[in-house]
Amino acid sequence: MLTLQIVPYSEIDGLSSLGRIRKLLNMAKENKVVLLHGRLRKEEEAELIKVTMEEINKEFRGIELAVMNPMENSGALTGFEKVKSTVVNALLGDRQGLTLVGPANIVKKVKKDPKKLQFMIEESKKKVIRKRKRK
Amino acid sequence: MLNALQMFLNKFINNIFNKKKHIKLGLYGPPNAGKTTLANRICQDWLGEDMGVASNVPHETREIQIKEQVNIKSGNKEISFNLVDTPGIATRIDYEDFLKVGIKEKEAKKRAKDATKGVIDSIKWLDEVDSVVVVLDSTKDPYSQVNITIIGNLVARDIPVLVVGNKVDLKRAKLKKVKAAFPQYEVIGISAKKGNNIDDFYETLFKVVK
Repeated sequence: MLTLQIVPYSEIDGLSSLGRIRKLLNMAKENKVVLLHGRLRKEEEAELIKVTMEEINKEFRGIELAVMNPMENSGALTGFEKVKSTVVNALLGDRQGLTLVGPANIVKKVKKDPKKLQFMIEESKKKVIRKRKRK
Repeated sequence: MLNALQMFLNKFINNIFNKKKHIKLGLYGPPNAGKTTLANRICQDWLGEDMGVASNVPHETREIQIKEQVNIKSGNKEISFNLVDTPGIATRIDYEDFLKVGIKEKEAKKRAKDATKGVIDSIKWLDEVDSVVVVLDSTKDPYSQVNITIIGNLVARDIPVLVVGNKVDLKRAKLKKVKAAFPQYEVIGISAKKGNNIDDFYETLFKVVK
């Protein structure tokens, strides 16, 4: 069964960078798909990838990561929209947007465009794993 | 003793007054975007030699490769840099993916292990480079999180970025989509393999590398 864990930003707010990364990665390693209400800092995203690579083994093949950031295309905004988005960003910071972290053995692919996020689940592999366990 | 002291002083003074700025130009991007093909193109154009082995198998480059003292000229301008070709950054590495392209299990497992180290090194090197060319495959989805994370990290470190949409010689290339994904950056479409638009690439590089 697929577990989707929704994590409010308050859960990671008081944590150190390493603490945030550890929390998200541990959940992904428990085969949970994590939906964080908010975002990691850019440096933390890179660190998350780095720590993931350090922990890849026979069972854990990595993660799928996707971040929805309403500020991402602010370069294309003009006039009032830009001012509005700057003010909102100053008030909310990393609380804006969504972060999806899923284990690579479950989340096959994340399709993202600026307005939507879709993730495809690896159905066939799950069946294979179950069959192997039965043996 | 006096001679040794004089040599030390001469060296110290030379270091202060002849200090040369060595720009480290990094090539970053996801696996199989054509970073090594572009590195080879640059090295062939200006040094007459290849830099590394490029192939269709992802994670072909699994170690940081550096070519020192590459001099590029465009009109009256000239830049000199050390070219750093980095392994492709990915969030997942599965040795079974290498089996699918005909690599044997033992070698596939080793390749996967080396590839994870390569990704770690690429991320560590973000703190070492002065300017970066982000190489993207323009036939693929530009909104991939790896692309956004790389560029976001470069911006956070205040490193000048040039985005290259590679493989524009292929019919399914969508350079407009790459440009739409990164409207705040200079994006240039090239084919590193065929050499399309390479002169424009060098000209734009001069604008970006400071």
